[in-house]
Amino acid sequence: MLTFTLRRLLLAIPILLVISLVIFLLVDLAPGSPMSEIPLTVPPDVRQRMIEALGADQPVFVRYLLWLKQFFWVEPMTLVDGWFGTTFAAGEQRILSWQSRSPVFTIIGQRIPQTLTVVGTAYLVGILIAVPIGIYSAYRQYSVFDQAGTLFAMIGFSVPTFFSGTLFIIIFAVWLGWFPTKYDTTLVVTDWDSFVQRIRQMALPVMTLGLANAAAISRYMRSSMLDNMAMDYVRTARAKGMSERVVVLRHVLRNSLIPVVTVIALGIPSIFGGAIITENLFGVNGIGAALIGAIHANDIPMVQTLAFIFAVLIVLFNLIADIIYGLLDPRIRYD
Amino acid sequence: MPDGAVPVLDVRGLKTVFRTRGGEVHAVNSVSFHLQPGELLGVVGESGSGKSVTMMSLIGLLPSPPAEVRAGEVLLDGRDLLKIGADELRDVRGAKIGFVFQDPMTSLNPVFTVGSQIMEPLTRHMGLTKAQARDRAAELLALVGIPDAKKRLKDYPHQFSGGMRQRVMIAIALACDPEVLIADEPTTALDVTIQAQIIELVKDLRQKLGMAIVWITHDLGVIAGIADRVMVMYGGQVVEQGPVRQLFSDPRHPYTRALLKTIPSLHGERAARLQAIEGQPPILNAAPVACPFRARCAHAHDRCQTENPQRRAVDGLAVGQGHDVACHWSPGGAA
Repeated sequence: MLTFTLRRLLLAIPILLVISLVIFLLVDLAPGSPMSEIPLTVPPDVRQRMIEALGADQPVFVRYLLWLKQFFWVEPMTLVDGWFGTTFAAGEQRILSWQSRSPVFTIIGQRIPQTLTVVGTAYLVGILIAVPIGIYSAYRQYSVFDQAGTLFAMIGFSVPTFFSGTLFIIIFAVWLGWFPTKYDTTLVVTDWDSFVQRIRQMALPVMTLGLANAAAISRYMRSSMLDNMAMDYVRTARAKGMSERVVVLRHVLRNSLIPVVTVIALGIPSIFGGAIITENLFGVNGIGAALIGAIHANDIPMVQTLAFIFAVLIVLFNLIADIIYGLLDPRIRYD
Repeated sequence: MPDGAVPVLDVRGLKTVFRTRGGEVHAVNSVSFHLQPGELLGVVGESGSGKSVTMMSLIGLLPSPPAEVRAGEVLLDGRDLLKIGADELRDVRGAKIGFVFQDPMTSLNPVFTVGSQIMEPLTRHMGLTKAQARDRAAELLALVGIPDAKKRLKDYPHQFSGGMRQRVMIAIALACDPEVLIADEPTTALDVTIQAQIIELVKDLRQKLGMAIVWITHDLGVIAGIADRVMVMYGGQVVEQGPVRQLFSDPRHPYTRALLKTIPSLHGERAARLQAIEGQPPILNAAPVACPFRARCAHAHDRCQTENPQRRAVDGLAVGQGHDVACHWSPGGAA
């Protein structure tokens, strides 16, 4: 397993380099100028000087190589300097956003916690709801519970978040007044009251996203359980006199989790991508909003860096999914 | 057959029905048989004759719905297994009655070690601690002829060959010293040399442990070699039953006769063309009112169309005690 992991990590390096180049070229080839959001009253020669100041006039390969150096050397060293007070990255140019002139990683560092609290919690809530629903639906196939679960999943699948989110706002915030309509990103948790307030403002976006996540995962869980419930080894377990609890929650579940865990692991990178519509709806100032803003402003360093981080996460979680698969299923041997 | 001994298993008038959308399927119709301590009863019949369903009905292994045991008694040590609760029945399964299934490739759970699968019934029924169960599991593996037993407990099923896996299944079935071992076509999925090994193993274990065995097969050759008594099933009914020598030398039911003729002979040079039984097995969509074999029987007459024959003794002993047959016709003239 260790050899496999190392081999896959080494293999990831050329893959990621190619991905980074493709992203860079795609973003660069797209029409637009970093000055597109600068008022038209700014005279052309000033615009030209601004472009030169950003370094945006340099040839594409120069900018790409500079970005590579900044991403793989300067930014990690800046992080190290921040931790240990060293000066490895002193005087080095960090990746700067063309839009705000502040380091891209500083912006990401400000935005990602918002996204992870809301979208990450929603993912977790979705899993915690979906797995028991899937197990019980399969165990009592075609029961009233199963039909209700199917209906729930269909709603979660087919209703877009901008609709369900709005509906939740109307019901729970406007009519019932239980939760606020907006997510206050400036709220800092210092005591019990502010913690409760954080939970309350998280409730609606987490519900909205959790419903969508739970819908998909509960279906995977159900069908995987059904597949395994019909297997011969289940009959063997019953013939041994094992209780239904042991049969279902040990023998069947362990086998059924193999594909579901893979799906869950592969879905984790999308948490970091944020949920653009839901974040927008509830005013969560997360990473999704940052990416959209950067695309509008033709902020190449920001778009490039974010897109590349997603690529790294996807490659990483693919690897993690494979490793988990090997741990859960003894038939899979990587070495 | 020892006279007067108390049977370890006594089945009377067992009826099992499957409820399907197309109506009810009468898979087992008034099947009665008994099993003496230490006896090996062979059950033969073609696919769909109700052999496996009968045996699975005994200990509630059929999925319900659609299966439903309608009538009958299954007496094990004088207790009716059809009347006791689900929990009590679980105490019987794997403890008093062991089950070996047809396909060893799928009958073991792929994600648990062989050791843990053998230990499960030991801790469940015999109240052994984990350490005790592990020792006993190693003993059992050695007993069924798996070399290096202690080490192999940690292996997964996919690390065993088909024949070895069937040995593991036998070890699981025998784990708690059952009074009855039900072997449901245990050699059908194995190649011929492995079949012979498994048959030898069961013969050997029977001598050592003395349990009674029900051996389901459609291979008459196997039955001739190991059984004390044979029960021939057709269309969910027992059509002929008797001591193995008597039944092979003097078969009374046209179906049994036909079955014996389907065994290819190794003697003579390309002897007579291999016989087949013409026609299809009956569709069991109603409770039988006529002989199930009538459509394929050369001796069928009017009575066979209107009356389902009851089992009657051939040799003067009571039905079930000696040789009996369920047929209106008898060699040498209608009965």
